[in-house]
Amino acid sequence: MKKLVIIMSLALLITACGEKKEKTDNSEKETTALAGTIKVDGSSTVFPITEAVAEEFRAVQPKVKVTIGVSGTGGGFKKFSRGETNLSNASRPIKDKEKAACAENNIKYLELEVAYDGLAVLVNPQNDWVDSFTIEELKKIWEPAAQGTIMKWNQIRPEWPNEEIHLFGPGVASGTYDYFTEAIVGKSGSSRGDFTASEDDHVLVQGIAGDKYSLGFFGLAYYAENKDKLTLIGVHNGEEVVKPTLETVSNGTYRPLSRPLFIYVNSTSVASLEVVEFVNFYLENSSELSKDVGYIPLPDENYKKQIEIFKTFVESNK
Amino acid sequence: MRKIKELVIEKSLFSSALVTIAVTVGIILVLAIEAFRFFSEVSILDFFTDTQWTPLFTEKHFGILPLLSGTLLTTFIAILFALPVGLSISIYLSEYAPKSFRKTIKPLLELLAAVPTVVYGFFALIVVTPFLQDIIPGLSGFNSLSAGIVMGIMIIPYVSSISEDALHAVPYSLREASYGMGATKLQTAFKVAVPAASSGIIVSVILAISRAIGETMIVAIAAGQQPRLTLDPTVPVETITAYIVQVSLGDVQHGSLEYRTIFAAGITLFVFTFLLNTLSYRIRKKYQEKYE
Repeated sequence: MKKLVIIMSLALLITACGEKKEKTDNSEKETTALAGTIKVDGSSTVFPITEAVAEEFRAVQPKVKVTIGVSGTGGGFKKFSRGETNLSNASRPIKDKEKAACAENNIKYLELEVAYDGLAVLVNPQNDWVDSFTIEELKKIWEPAAQGTIMKWNQIRPEWPNEEIHLFGPGVASGTYDYFTEAIVGKSGSSRGDFTASEDDHVLVQGIAGDKYSLGFFGLAYYAENKDKLTLIGVHNGEEVVKPTLETVSNGTYRPLSRPLFIYVNSTSVASLEVVEFVNFYLENSSELSKDVGYIPLPDENYKKQIEIFKTFVESNK
Repeated sequence: MRKIKELVIEKSLFSSALVTIAVTVGIILVLAIEAFRFFSEVSILDFFTDTQWTPLFTEKHFGILPLLSGTLLTTFIAILFALPVGLSISIYLSEYAPKSFRKTIKPLLELLAAVPTVVYGFFALIVVTPFLQDIIPGLSGFNSLSAGIVMGIMIIPYVSSISEDALHAVPYSLREASYGMGATKLQTAFKVAVPAASSGIIVSVILAISRAIGETMIVAIAAGQQPRLTLDPTVPVETITAYIVQVSLGDVQHGSLEYRTIFAAGITLFVFTFLLNTLSYRIRKKYQEKYE
């Protein structure tokens, strides 16, 4: 017993020493340790990327605190235009009204694209009747008025089977849900309520994969992980049927279910080194991190170009 | 000195008993207050008659019926599965099996109740559902049938163990009398022992039902999350418990009407299990009077 205690305490001692050493190593690597707080607010859709970046950034600059709010794109711009935040997450470009509010408070800003968001419309692989959807059809299925009335496949196109349609989609807390409803139904957060709603995309994958008469949607990234279990359906963009891929999402032909995501940088904030460092870190890493959290990265040269643009922006505001 | 010691022990025992009561009262109070606030905004008539439950969406409906039907449907399937299996096991163990066999098999059966329910949930989703899909074409990936069956497996020990105890408690003289009348073993088991132990068997079933109604993980994982007023076991449904999980995990704002739906659903659930437990308590009391 005594022996055991000695061994245990020795082991503890060794591990404790090891940790300490690692820590000093890390901080030695850092040539310029920055401190301060970076305030970010805005879209909940962009939030996962910013959060991932902030998490990685913490490993590099542990003393910089990044707070990220999710007031929505509009709410974020409201705070941004009052100068309350350093960065604003946005899932759409800034509106004229918000531009005016910024001008009124003498806020100058820079818009940076960080990633693309694509939405996949999916059915079961055994589904052999659907080849594409039009926006009108998707609207007919998902709008609030469909609740309890559009229940069968043949109500969408008469030649489709007379079978109940089983719908799967992200829950209301999801940015993807807001985005889909905005693009398809026309109003964010407005849809029928009688579908299987889950914030957990794996539940949706499982549900669609196990049900011949299912239809669902979620972020393209989850489709990429489950290609063999699901069938991706193209959406008619007004000219042709397009399936979401890296290319069609990034060149904008997969309409309206793809869009760029932005961050906006306040010009006075770039006087603080930690903000500059953070934005640079953001642009350098969002190619990889945006993919991790389920979005589509911009082409590499776009990130490089924006790093240059940001550099001149910083220079001009010093 | 001794007196003080006694006093300390007595008081500490008393206070730990008090804690459980206080917690129960606290839960009931919180449920009641939040549910009361909910019902000041949503009419109780709508709550029990509306056939749609969509409190998180634009078209808000607050009808508990789809959730209730989901709960009762999965519970019904579970009992349908657990009652015959559990009862056969208990009859076999008490009337036919050798004593030594009974002693080893009974704790093993009770292990079924010790399996974490999340494991059961994935078992239903990943093993039972694909198996059933081979038999029943058109079965959804999420359905109440496989969730119900697996829930039935989970509650088998509730039925078998308590029923077996009840059967075991039937005085042997009754069986001897039956044999004396020329009855076979089968006749004695089903016509004498089972009716004599019926109150215990009923208690076991009620406890199993109340366990099944309150079960969360299995149905949240395998039965789907779509409130639907249906008795069709092949389509996704949502139970009261699964809804509570869903909302608790999402980012519904505290204090909002959506948030209070949890409590309205919770109190409905509570009333059900409370009634069932009271009923089983009553029956058990009656049954104890009969034989002791």
